[in-house]
Amino acid sequence: MAELMKKTKKANKKNLGGYAQLLVPLLSILLIVVFNLFRDPSFFSVTTTTNNLGNTVLAGNLISILNSASELAIIAMGMTLVTAACGGQDISVGALATIAGSVFVKILRGGEITIGSIVVGFLACCAVAMLFGAFNGTLVSVFRIQPMIATLVLFTCGRSIAYWINGGATPTISSPLITALGSFIPGCPIPTPIIIVAVMAVLLALLFRFTTLGLYTQTVGVNQRAARLNGISPLVMKLVSFMLLGVCCAVAGCIGVSRLSLINHETMLLEIEMDAILAVAIGGNALGGGKFKVSGSVLGAYAIQALTTTLYAMKVPSTDVKAYKAVVIILIVIISSPVVKQAASRLWAKTRRLTAAKAGKEVSA
Amino acid sequence: MKKLARLFLALALVLALSISAAAAEIVVGIVNNPPSESGYREANVLDFEAVFCAENGYTAKTFYSLQNDEQLAAAQQFITDGVDYLLISAAETTGWDAVLESAAENGIPVFLFDRMIDCDESLYEAAVVSDMANQGDLAVAWLIAQNLSEYKIIHIQGAMGSDAQLGRTGALDEQVAAADNWSIVVQQTATWDEAEARNIVEAVINSGEDFNVIYAENDGMARGAVAALDAAGITHGVGGKVIIIGFDCNRWALREVLAGNWNYDGQCSPFQAAVIDGMIKTLENGGTIETKIVISEEKGFDAATITQADIDQYGLGE
Repeated sequence: MAELMKKTKKANKKNLGGYAQLLVPLLSILLIVVFNLFRDPSFFSVTTTTNNLGNTVLAGNLISILNSASELAIIAMGMTLVTAACGGQDISVGALATIAGSVFVKILRGGEITIGSIVVGFLACCAVAMLFGAFNGTLVSVFRIQPMIATLVLFTCGRSIAYWINGGATPTISSPLITALGSFIPGCPIPTPIIIVAVMAVLLALLFRFTTLGLYTQTVGVNQRAARLNGISPLVMKLVSFMLLGVCCAVAGCIGVSRLSLINHETMLLEIEMDAILAVAIGGNALGGGKFKVSGSVLGAYAIQALTTTLYAMKVPSTDVKAYKAVVIILIVIISSPVVKQAASRLWAKTRRLTAAKAGKEVSA
Repeated sequence: MKKLARLFLALALVLALSISAAAAEIVVGIVNNPPSESGYREANVLDFEAVFCAENGYTAKTFYSLQNDEQLAAAQQFITDGVDYLLISAAETTGWDAVLESAAENGIPVFLFDRMIDCDESLYEAAVVSDMANQGDLAVAWLIAQNLSEYKIIHIQGAMGSDAQLGRTGALDEQVAAADNWSIVVQQTATWDEAEARNIVEAVINSGEDFNVIYAENDGMARGAVAALDAAGITHGVGGKVIIIGFDCNRWALREVLAGNWNYDGQCSPFQAAVIDGMIKTLENGGTIETKIVISEEKGFDAATITQADIDQYGLGE
């Protein structure tokens, strides 16, 4: 195993440590940033204001983008793992996050809201989400159903389940603690969801650093047979990836609920599965499984949100928003397609050869 | 998957039928949207369950779906089963002619509730519906009465093309076009999504543009808008900088109005069962129904005049 690890590390080193993959998401963010700076130089200025609760907080488009993308970024993290291990995507993440949010609300409505009950609620909804994740994972790993079809089950019935849990269309919870979780902790100028994303990123990074999770997941994604021959169980790795995605959905669901102290089972995180898959794609991850980089997907998530915020700032009419979004997405996806990448690297090699030849000539002359 | 769902559905239907076979006097088939759709629908379904029950001399067969084709199949099944009356709140306004004709052939009177269907008037007995345009008119009239020197409005729309969106948008659009001191700062759809509404308002705040009215086409989106204002330290409601308008009268929304955090909430009445019950009783007693289309009486609640009694009586949900 150590041998394999060494080899991957070596291969990664050749490949700029795998960071070349981040080129596309960074490029797309850069594109949106430059466009906005031309349109309105003050677009990214960050200011401080006092909110209605009397806290001094940061404000501005940059903060809005980072804040609003939180749920998407967290779900994209889990989606990257599932994509890498299974070579397919989970389309039930929006429904699953809603179920988790619903459990969270149910428990908090059971009694007085304290830090203790919030922790209990969070742990409970994590457990439920992991259970549903395990259900998806079992369909995919044991029964070898294509992930998109396997998760179609929960995609279809998830929001109804969420409704059953609470039995009301838009139940509300009100507590300053929940408000702090969804917007600002008193005394901290950074929106709480941004902090939660950072915490999740660190936790995941530690998980990769101190366990073989990343390597094993990648191995299963690249070649299942080879993985099994090396003593790695594809079954377990797939199940684990779905359960981790479940945890991500639970966190996203809790953020979603806390933002407005309310859950709407029909609209909460609606169609986020599409954005999450897109984030994974923009992040340069192979949608067929194998090599992956979670940071790429997170950058992808921020690129998508930056695009949405830009369209709002430009006051694009309601009916046209999706069309504009589609145009930009087509551009980004084409840029990141293997055909364009190969052409670009050929071009790069050619110019290098030419300059090298030129330099050689100069030396000989 | 779909096949399995259908099979399941058919089984459930058979089960429901066999249970309800121990008939009371009047059998009604109710085709509606599922209660999980919204607070409105939840109250609507509860209203029908409460009125069309055994104590009132009814046996109700119900079917809930957001899908028009599933609703059509269920309605056809109800006709085959020989219900006495058919009550429909259609998912889509079109495609119902064949089913309604088949009901007429079998002598089953049809009542439409909540939503109209695009078809000949002769195909239904009566319709008890909300007038969405009237709800918009009421809200705009209230806004005019506030006599602001200038109206700079953030308009957050519902799902484009839905009955509620068209009605509530129409009234505001007309007034903005007609009055010089009314202007739209931004008009965008959040498709009934609270979080999306928050993002839209946040974008306007970040752009530094001035506004003093938020016209959100339902309660949830108004709540999202208010969250954005709160985060930016902009006052709202009675005595605040920004006037908040919502629709639907969820109980929690009316509480916000009572507390003065919002200014106005427009009602969308889900209570149509009693009216239809009255009509059916008239038919049963050999009478005839005079009015073809009954518009539910709806009003708006102003923070200045709302009372706890209003919340108890008109509030939806909890």
